[in-house]
Amino acid sequence: MKVALFVPCYVDQFYPKAAIATLELLEKLGVEVHYPKNQTCCGQPMANSGYEHLTAGCNNLFVDNFSGYDYIVCPSGSCTLHIKEHLHSPEKEEQAVDIRKRVYELTEFLIDVLQVKELKSHFPYKVGLHQSCHGLRGLRISQMSELVAPAFSKPAQLLDMVQGLELVPLSRQDDCCGFGGTFCVVEEAVSSKMGKDRVEDHIEHGAQYITSADLSCLMHMEGILRRQKSDVKVIHVAEILNHSHE
Amino acid sequence: MSNATGKSHPQLAAVFNQDEPRVDWHDETLWWIRQKRDVQAHKLPEWELLRETASQIKNNVLSNLSTYLEQFEANAINNGVIVHWAADAKEHNQIVHQLLQERGINRMVKSKSMLTEECHLNEYLKEQGIDVIDSDLGERIVQLANEPPSHIVLPCIHKKKEEIGDIFHEHLGSAKGESDPKILTETARQHLREVFLTRRAALTGVNFAIAETGEFVICTNEGNADMGAHLAEIHIASMGIEKIIPERKHLGVFLRLLTRSATGQPITTYSSHYKKPQEDTAIHIIIVDNGRSIQLGREDFRNSLKCIRCGACMNTCPVYRKSGGHSYHTAVAGPIGSILAPNLDMKKYADLPFASTLCGSCSNVCPVKIDIHDQLYKWRQVIVKEGYSPASKTIAMKAMAFTLSSPGLYRSGGKMGRLVFKYAPFAVNNGLNPWYKHREMPKAPEESFGEWYSKRKEGKQ
Repeated sequence: MKVALFVPCYVDQFYPKAAIATLELLEKLGVEVHYPKNQTCCGQPMANSGYEHLTAGCNNLFVDNFSGYDYIVCPSGSCTLHIKEHLHSPEKEEQAVDIRKRVYELTEFLIDVLQVKELKSHFPYKVGLHQSCHGLRGLRISQMSELVAPAFSKPAQLLDMVQGLELVPLSRQDDCCGFGGTFCVVEEAVSSKMGKDRVEDHIEHGAQYITSADLSCLMHMEGILRRQKSDVKVIHVAEILNHSHE
Repeated sequence: MSNATGKSHPQLAAVFNQDEPRVDWHDETLWWIRQKRDVQAHKLPEWELLRETASQIKNNVLSNLSTYLEQFEANAINNGVIVHWAADAKEHNQIVHQLLQERGINRMVKSKSMLTEECHLNEYLKEQGIDVIDSDLGERIVQLANEPPSHIVLPCIHKKKEEIGDIFHEHLGSAKGESDPKILTETARQHLREVFLTRRAALTGVNFAIAETGEFVICTNEGNADMGAHLAEIHIASMGIEKIIPERKHLGVFLRLLTRSATGQPITTYSSHYKKPQEDTAIHIIIVDNGRSIQLGREDFRNSLKCIRCGACMNTCPVYRKSGGHSYHTAVAGPIGSILAPNLDMKKYADLPFASTLCGSCSNVCPVKIDIHDQLYKWRQVIVKEGYSPASKTIAMKAMAFTLSSPGLYRSGGKMGRLVFKYAPFAVNNGLNPWYKHREMPKAPEESFGEWYSKRKEGKQ
């Protein structure tokens, strides 16, 4: 199985640890992981701002970097969803369509493709799971509270395999954190209030760490936690799943 | 009244957020309604099938709208109802005025109709010297406060009971400081009783118009539409062209969805059918387009016309809950308003499709399955292409797209201070970074993943 690792631009630049954990975890599970080194960005920051027409360069680059793999795995639900829904290339549309079918967010890859049943990880803390909206309602890696349908959660299923970890309940299991790409600056007041309220829910329920399959949400909540000088930390789900006895 | 200030959603939302306890109260009140909706929805195992059925019925309506409208008109005329067609808000308002003028009526009672809010009927009639009293309790409260409704189902959800007490004290003579909802409701009831008994004309909205029979259905919890319509000599019913459903048997699907989605009630208190006028009275229906046929022609946005105005998308929307309905400066606020309003005036409402994180909760509570968040995304593309995006944003986006299209520029940009800081998503708007107001910046690590990976590869060789 030939797997390409897609590391979103802001993860590459700000949260390399999450990408390292993703790589190490996949390798531990016996996957041959390739990292196409000319990758940059999925184009979502432009597209969500109304500039999808400026993403041709990003799209072509993505197709060049990620064609020919069995799977493309990404530690971000949001970027994965963007590729799934919006990757087009007029010159290489066939390859683009193929990539859209092969791209997976990390936790869905672990559950659906690798069918992971156990992990040798250890993380003895109280953890709050933040459901990122794009992973939840876009990729459906968990069941959303809006629908009358059976509950499931791929990230929670994996976290349950981690020794010592206690998932804390939340008052609002899947309310948005308010990041929203450029929304976080255009609508600064609402965005930061949404983030504050999300963080508060985790703190009230005793979380020591807030985790998620999406770092953009975590980056937002981390900004708020650090401003509040809180002891609560954010951590990408890959870092927990890759965390072993020290 | 709406957008008299010319301010945008972010500006108005920032003002709303200056009072954080009020934001919390507003957010919790609406979230409570969302939870009531969840309880009711989960009592019906067939909920998702109901939504799908409603969506399909509405798809059929939109594909055959002119046929159903003509069928409705013919049947309504057969029933003795008089039917008018209005191309826009102005024509609608003129028809209402003319009907009143013909009868020498200068006072009218009106039950809740978002269409008349959209048409600014009250303001228009006031200018013509006609007094309109809204008989829905929430609507009456905002009318006395001289404000537009902030929510399509719960017009005064932004007001606390103490504030309502003050308004009633000033206008209806209740005791100063009285805020007991029971006493305030009784005060309004006495006041409205006199209105119902003395008004010769009543205007109502329409929830559903049935093509098969020519009848229409109005849903209220207070019975105020019925009180007005039954006691008046002329009943004017205003409806948008999209209110049609094909057959009577379809009504049950919508009535089961409407109030469960709206307020978490199993059914509206009054679902009243109007078919034929009583003796010596008249029923007039005004069928209004006002931009709807333009929206019908926009392939990406046409299914916004499936909306049954339940307000579930507002109650669930975290942005609506934390910014308040008035921040949307349009008659229909919230996610659904943000996909309807740009059709009416793209420049004026260019901010609204951006007043969302695209979280998708709206699309999944919607009882008729409108893809609201996808349409918000699509409106953003249209608004930028039509040139209603700030020039500074376009420059930043072009620079970002250029850098991200080149691995070399991306790597050197990253090294120069973490590219993402420079362009997006934090600093696209202006030099003063709004992120930093309430949030710390991420700490830049010593090396990027790409740099780490290259080193590891070298080490392995």
